[in-house]
Amino acid sequence: MQVEKFYYDNRTVKNFAYATMIWGGVGMLVGLWAALELVFPQLNFIQYAGFGRIRPLHTNAVIFAFVGNGIFMGVYYSLQRLCKARMYSDKLSKIHFWGWQLIIVAAAITLPLGLTQGAEYAELIWPIDIAITIIWVVFGWNMFGTIIQRREKHLYVAIWFYIATFVTVAVLHIVRSGQLPYSWLESYSWYSGVQDALVQWWYGHNAVAFFLTTPYLGLMYYFLPKAANRPVYSYKLSIIHFWSLIFLYIWAGPHHLLYTALPNWAQSLGIVFSVMLIFPSWGGMINGLLTLRGAWDRVRDDVILKFMVVAVTAYGMATFEGPMLSLKSVSAISHYTDWIIAHVHVGALGWNGMLTFGVLYWLMPRIFNTTLYSKKLASYHFWLATLGILFYAIPMYWAGIQQSLMWKQFTEAGQLKYTFLETVTYMKPFYAMRSLGGTLYLAGVFFMFYNIYKTVKQGKLVANEEAEAAPFVKEYAKHKGEHWHRVIERRPIQMMLLSLFVILIGGLIEMVPTFLIKSNVPTISSVKPYTPLELQGRDIYVREGCYLCHSQMIRPFRSETERYGEYSKAGEFVYDHPFQWGSKRTGPDLAREGTGNLKKSDGWHFRHFREPSSMSEGSVMPSYAFLITQNLDTSNTGAKIRAMRTLGVPYAKGYDQQANQDLMAQANSVRINLKIEGIEVPANREVIALIAYIQRMGKDITKSETPTSNR
Amino acid sequence: MSALFILVGISIMIAGSFLAAFLWSVKNGQYDDDYTPSVRMLFDDNKIPEKPSTSSKKITQTKK
Repeated sequence: MQVEKFYYDNRTVKNFAYATMIWGGVGMLVGLWAALELVFPQLNFIQYAGFGRIRPLHTNAVIFAFVGNGIFMGVYYSLQRLCKARMYSDKLSKIHFWGWQLIIVAAAITLPLGLTQGAEYAELIWPIDIAITIIWVVFGWNMFGTIIQRREKHLYVAIWFYIATFVTVAVLHIVRSGQLPYSWLESYSWYSGVQDALVQWWYGHNAVAFFLTTPYLGLMYYFLPKAANRPVYSYKLSIIHFWSLIFLYIWAGPHHLLYTALPNWAQSLGIVFSVMLIFPSWGGMINGLLTLRGAWDRVRDDVILKFMVVAVTAYGMATFEGPMLSLKSVSAISHYTDWIIAHVHVGALGWNGMLTFGVLYWLMPRIFNTTLYSKKLASYHFWLATLGILFYAIPMYWAGIQQSLMWKQFTEAGQLKYTFLETVTYMKPFYAMRSLGGTLYLAGVFFMFYNIYKTVKQGKLVANEEAEAAPFVKEYAKHKGEHWHRVIERRPIQMMLLSLFVILIGGLIEMVPTFLIKSNVPTISSVKPYTPLELQGRDIYVREGCYLCHSQMIRPFRSETERYGEYSKAGEFVYDHPFQWGSKRTGPDLAREGTGNLKKSDGWHFRHFREPSSMSEGSVMPSYAFLITQNLDTSNTGAKIRAMRTLGVPYAKGYDQQANQDLMAQANSVRINLKIEGIEVPANREVIALIAYIQRMGKDITKSETPTSNR
Repeated sequence: MSALFILVGISIMIAGSFLAAFLWSVKNGQYDDDYTPSVRMLFDDNKIPEKPSTSSKKITQTKK
C-alpha cells in the first residue's frame, strides 16, 4: 500500500490559540471589574459598565470566547492528527475562525449597549444567534469533512466527544433561540413563564455539559496522554464513560428550578439524572488521574502535567458537588446564594482554565518548533492560578452558606432576624477576598502571555506540518445499479445528521406555534397582561440585567414567605416573555415588590434608582440616575404589542394603535404621584416606566384567591 | 406545560441519535480493539513509517 504524504494545518490552530489567550484575558478582566463593583458600587460610573450589563459580557466572553476558542484550538490540533488528515477545507477553517471572532466582537458591542434577550448565557440578540448557527454549521462541516477523509479507521474517543458536542450544542442553541423579533435588534422569547424557565435551564445546564464539559473531556483524552507520554488508564472506561455521560446529561436541567413553580415530577426527573451523573463524571476523572499511575514523580517536574492534574481534580470536585447541589434539601440552602458562584468558578477556573493553560503550554512550542521559553514562569503561573482558585472559591463558599443561614434565621419571637440589607453588607468582605482571588488568577494569565510571546519569538511557525500515513481503504466498492440510498447508508454520520436536521425542522415548525401559543391561556383569572407602560418598564428591567441580582420566584419556605409574601405560582408568569425568575439573590426577591408589606411609594423607588444607598445604606446596587434623564422610546410600543399578541397575550385587536395613549395616561399619573412627594420629573422618562413595572409586580394574585390549576 | 413535551421530545431525539451512533460504532468495529488505540495515538507526532491499519478483518485490501 502506498504511503501518502500530507500536511497538518497549524496556522488555524495558532490563530485559535491567540484568540483563546486574548479573549481569556478580556473575559477575566471584565469579571474582575464586575466583582469589584459589588465591593465599590461607585465603579458602575457609566451605564455601559453597569453590573447588569457587564456580567453577561463576562459570562459570554469566558464561555464562548475563551473556552470556545480553546475548544476550536484543541479540536483543530488533535482532530487532524487523530484522523491522519489535514482539515477538510482551509477556506472553511478561515471562515470559521474569523466568523467566530466577529460574533465575539458583536457580542462585546451589543451587551454593554443593553441589547439582550434576558436569559442567562443566551443573552445575545437574534441576529447574532443566526450568525452563531451559520458558523457552527461551518465548524461541523469542516469537522465531519475531515472525519470522512480520515486515513485512520478507528475514531479515537476524543473525536466522539467532539461529535457529541457539535450535535447537541446545535440543537440546544436552536431551541433556546426561539424568539419572535419585533425590530432588527430586539425580540421576545417564544416561550413564557414556566415554559421559558424550563427551556432556559434545559439549555443552560446543557451549555455547561456540552460546551464546557464534553469538548474539554475530548481535549483531556488527547492532550493528557500526550503530555504524560503514556496511554490513557483504560480505553474501555473512556468508551463507557463517554456513552453514559452523553445519555444522562441532557435530562439534568430542571435541577436549576427546584422548589420553584415547575411541576414537581419534572424537578424529580432532573434530580434523578443529576445524581446518576456522578458515575460517568467520576469515570472520566479517575481515567484522567490514573493515566499518571506510576508516573506521579513526573508531575513534580513537569508544569504542564501540574496544570492538567489540577484541572482534572477540579472537574472531579465540581462533578461531585453538582449532584449534591441537585438534591432538594441542599438546593433549599444553596440556591440563590454565592455558593453557586463558587461552584461554577471551580469548574471554569479549575477545569476549563487550567486545562486550557496546560494545552497552550504543550502545543505552542510544538507548532513553533521550539521549546517553552521559561518553565519557571509557567510554574509561577501555575501557583498563582491555583492560589487564585482557592482565594476565589473558599470565601464564596463561606459567603454562600452564611448568607443562606442569615436569610433563614428567625428570632425566638418567630420573626426574621436579619433584614436583607444586613445580609448584603455582611457579604462585602467576602466579595473583596474573591476579587483578590480573581486578581491572582489574572496575574498568572499575564505571566503566560509573556511566556508564550517569548516562546513564539524564539521559534518559527510550522504552518504546514508534514506527515505520512497509509490511506484508509473503504470497505465497500460501489457497484453498478445499486440503490441510491446505499450511498447514504455507507455514511452513518451524515445520515445521522441529516435525519436529526430533518426531524428538528419538522418538529419545530409544527410544534412550537401550535403548542406554545395555545398554552398561554391563563390559569389564574386575575392575572392580566401588562399595560403598555409596564411592558416598556419590563423591557428596561430586562435591558439593565436586573434579573442577574434579583429573583422573581418565591419558594414555599416560611423564611421566604415571611420576607417576600405568598410563594410564586406558575399561573402568574403566563405573560412573561422572557421569564425573569433569576438565579441569584445579590439583592432581594422582587416577585411581590408592588404589594403587601414590601410596597413602597413611587417616590421611594425614584430616589432609590437615583442613588440606592440614599434609601438603603450600604446597598451595593448601581445607581440608575441615567434613567431619569433618558427619554422612553415609545415608537416601538405598537410593534411590541403586536408581537405579544402573536405570542398569545390577549391584548384586544387593534390595541397597538391605542397603546401609546394609555401609556402616556399612566405615565402622567406616576408623574403626579411623584410630584405629590416633591419630585419634579417629566412623564416621558424611562424611570417612570420602570417604576410602573415594579409597582405592578405580584399585584394580580392578591386581587383574588382563585387557586391555580397549574401546580 | 407543552414546552416539556418539546424538550422531552428533542431530548429523546438527541438520545436516539446518540443511540444510533453507538450502534453504528459497535457494528463498524470501532471497539473491537479496546487497547491499542490509546497507545497508537501517542505516536503520531513525528513522521512515522507506514503501519498496518486496524485489526478489523472486514477490510478487504482491494486496490484498483
